[in-house]
Amino acid sequence: MYEIVAFYLFSALTIGLFLITVLSKNVLYAMTSLAAGMVLISGFFFILGADFLGVVQLIVYVGAIMALYSFAMMFFDATRDIKEKNTNNTLVFLLGGLSALVLVLMFAAPIYSDTIVALYPMTEGVGNAQDVGMVLFTKYLIPFEVAAVMLLVAMIAGIILAGKKMDESLTEDMSADDEIMIVKDDK
Amino acid sequence: MIGLSHYLIVSAILFSIGLVGVLRRRNLLMLFFATEVMLNAVNIAFAAISHYYNDLTGQMFAFFIIAIAASEVAVGLGILIVLYKKYGSLDLDDLASMRG
Amino acid sequence: MENLVYVALFAPFVGSLFASLFGMSERKMFVGYVASALLATAFAASATLAYNLFTTGEVIHVTMMDWISAGDISIPFGFVIDQISVTMMVVVSFVSTIVHIYAIGYMDHDKSFNRFFSYLSAFVFSMMVLVMSDNFAGLFIGWEGVGVCSWLLVGFWYHKPDQAREDNPSISPSWAANEAFIMNRIADLGMLVGIFIIYWNTGSLQYDEVFAQIPYLSDTILTTAAIALFIGAMGKSAQFPLHTWLTDAMEGPTPVSALIHAATMVTAGVFLVIRANPLFAETPEVSFFIASLGTFVAFYAASMALVERDLKRIIAYSTLSQLGYMFAAAGLGAYWIALFHLAAHAFFKALLFLGGGNVMHAMHDELDLFKMGDLRKKMRGTWIYMTIASIALAGLPPLAGFWSKDAIIETAFNEHTYILWIMLVITAGMTAFYSFRQIFLSFHGEDRHTALGFHPHEMYKFVLVAMSPLAVLAIITGWFMGAYKGFIYQLGEGVQYEMSEHTHHLATYLGLIVIFFAVSGIVIAYLKYARTGEKAWKRNEEVEQGFFYKLLKNQYYVPKFYEEFITKPYAMISEVFWTKIDLKIVDATVDNIAKFFYSTGDKTRAMQTGNLSNYLNWMAFGGVLLLVIAAISAMIG
Repeated sequence: MYEIVAFYLFSALTIGLFLITVLSKNVLYAMTSLAAGMVLISGFFFILGADFLGVVQLIVYVGAIMALYSFAMMFFDATRDIKEKNTNNTLVFLLGGLSALVLVLMFAAPIYSDTIVALYPMTEGVGNAQDVGMVLFTKYLIPFEVAAVMLLVAMIAGIILAGKKMDESLTEDMSADDEIMIVKDDK
Repeated sequence: MIGLSHYLIVSAILFSIGLVGVLRRRNLLMLFFATEVMLNAVNIAFAAISHYYNDLTGQMFAFFIIAIAASEVAVGLGILIVLYKKYGSLDLDDLASMRG
Repeated sequence: MENLVYVALFAPFVGSLFASLFGMSERKMFVGYVASALLATAFAASATLAYNLFTTGEVIHVTMMDWISAGDISIPFGFVIDQISVTMMVVVSFVSTIVHIYAIGYMDHDKSFNRFFSYLSAFVFSMMVLVMSDNFAGLFIGWEGVGVCSWLLVGFWYHKPDQAREDNPSISPSWAANEAFIMNRIADLGMLVGIFIIYWNTGSLQYDEVFAQIPYLSDTILTTAAIALFIGAMGKSAQFPLHTWLTDAMEGPTPVSALIHAATMVTAGVFLVIRANPLFAETPEVSFFIASLGTFVAFYAASMALVERDLKRIIAYSTLSQLGYMFAAAGLGAYWIALFHLAAHAFFKALLFLGGGNVMHAMHDELDLFKMGDLRKKMRGTWIYMTIASIALAGLPPLAGFWSKDAIIETAFNEHTYILWIMLVITAGMTAFYSFRQIFLSFHGEDRHTALGFHPHEMYKFVLVAMSPLAVLAIITGWFMGAYKGFIYQLGEGVQYEMSEHTHHLATYLGLIVIFFAVSGIVIAYLKYARTGEKAWKRNEEVEQGFFYKLLKNQYYVPKFYEEFITKPYAMISEVFWTKIDLKIVDATVDNIAKFFYSTGDKTRAMQTGNLSNYLNWMAFGGVLLLVIAAISAMIG
């Protein structure tokens, strides 16, 4: 019973929060509602028994990614409202609504097959974290390592792009047109 | 009882909200937020399928999606900062320089 | 022996390839020497084969390789050396050798000397393939090969401009070459149909296998196949109504006229009829038609030659006429006589043409007989040769033409086809008249050329020497008729032909009648054209305005008819198709497709705004579209 209550509550809240994220003019509101939505999504994971995934969601999204966004926002003028030209609102909502409608129809219709067989079935009597670890470090070891390398690359890239000479531009001159000339001159 | 389709429908709605955001926003930072929404919507679908089919593969994918999202944010924010420094704006209308 | 077959076949080919190496470069004498030497080799090989066949009587079959084998079709690239093909091989290689040597002298001022030899040798190679092949497919390849070479050689001086038909009936070398090629194309279609019919009904193209099956085929099939094959022969041998190309082909260099349009290629049609004699023997109606058409063409061509002023065209008409004789013999069943006349004709006609070439060379390409006269003092050697050839052509004993032609006329009598016989006898008289008219107008009578500023000179010595074997053969070939008869009778019953007892008794009288007609033709020609002084020949405008003169002069208006009723309507239809169908439908379709893509590109260019947001919109649009399609197909499926 409480699962049903939790599901509907979380659903309503996430939808509302994400709508704020998408529609709000204020970056701060948007980010805050996004962070809150992430927390609620981890709630979904807990309901579904994916404890470990929920925890990762909390740590990585709410902890790391949101922190990154907050830091990044410091570079931009976050308090000011964002002025955007929304020329084609009808089209946007039509497309979004249509995709939602089609997806919902597809998922609601009983067209997915019953013949799907579990590839790595969950082990009975073992906690989710332990179970995930077993699969992750045996069957998915190579993708896991690759993902690690990818994160490292992303970290270095982020540092170089954003961190180096924070007070200057990456290119000495601000005008894009002269860049190539200067590079040539240096040689 | 909550079935798989409930989760999938929620996931679809969240995905569409993200899509609306992607289409509607002109600010690059807001576009990033919308992308996160879409990624999370997909994660819900994966976790739900994983649960209802009693299979861990879905969760594995969700993990990797989270990893990719993290890398994307790191690199993407770096690029945003460079762009902002260069043009003083993150509005796509201002950044359009390749009109055909 | 097998190697000799390949030598005879491929020596000309090697010569052609060798000459083509220097095709674009300046005149090199050794190209002519090498090509001639290789031709002489081919002749030696052919002669050895002929001698071998004569002594042993063994027919040689050679299969070089499997050529086409797909499913049930199996056509080997094979050659047969029997009495028929070896006769052709000897004639072809012999005349070609002499013509090659002759061409070294004749073409010595031409800047395309090397190219000429590569074409000429290629022609000989194709002709060898044609006569040696042991199946219809190989024959057809050679058939087309000689057609292409003829086209190349007639149009050898392709740079000459077009002239009005009144000034030059052949218009231009390129025009004549195209005419020859297109007319042959029409006929070759018939030939191809014939080959298909044969293959369809017998499942083979090998002569032996096809002829072995003839008794089992119905009359309709045999007749159709014979007619179709004969249409091909009509084109190649320039029989009415496909004859106009031969006289126009005289636009080519004279060695070409001598080799291709007198001695060898044009006789290919006769060769085909002789080669396929088991087929034609079974279809008497077709054979009789061949004989009638041959007789008609003999008469028809001779009548046109009576008034012609152009030296080479007269010889071309006489070729046409003699081909008619050959077809008459072949149609009446006297295949070996036709073949013998073919060989004899090849010798004396090549000699006549080469002599004509000497005159042309001396007169700086002037061919009008009315502008010559009394050339014999300046060109004694040529005069002797041409007189010998003309006597042979006119059919006076003991020269070559008499024996073979007399045999043909005798055959017509023997078969009780008296109308054909009468026409052939009259034609013999006409032949004597026009050939001596030509001799007297050019070599005798009043000197007309000096006043016009011509200073003729004799041809090179080596050319005259090279021509001497032809002259000798033009004289003596007929003496070996009996021996040749024995030789070809080895082949079997198909080619054997004997006169009846009755004819045999009358043979002397029949021969005398022919000789009488020939001699009277010569005498009339002498009285009219050869005399000097008071009675010298003068142009008579009144005669030239006469109806018959004009009719003959304009070749019975046949070329005119073709032009008015075939060429021009065809050009009009083509014009209509071009402007109406091609430009308005075909081209327009293609253009519109291009324009459509161009305009779509132009319109969709607007999508490329450079704004990421717009791109995302489009992407989402596409994604939703795909989703909808997936949903719909899932519902339907």
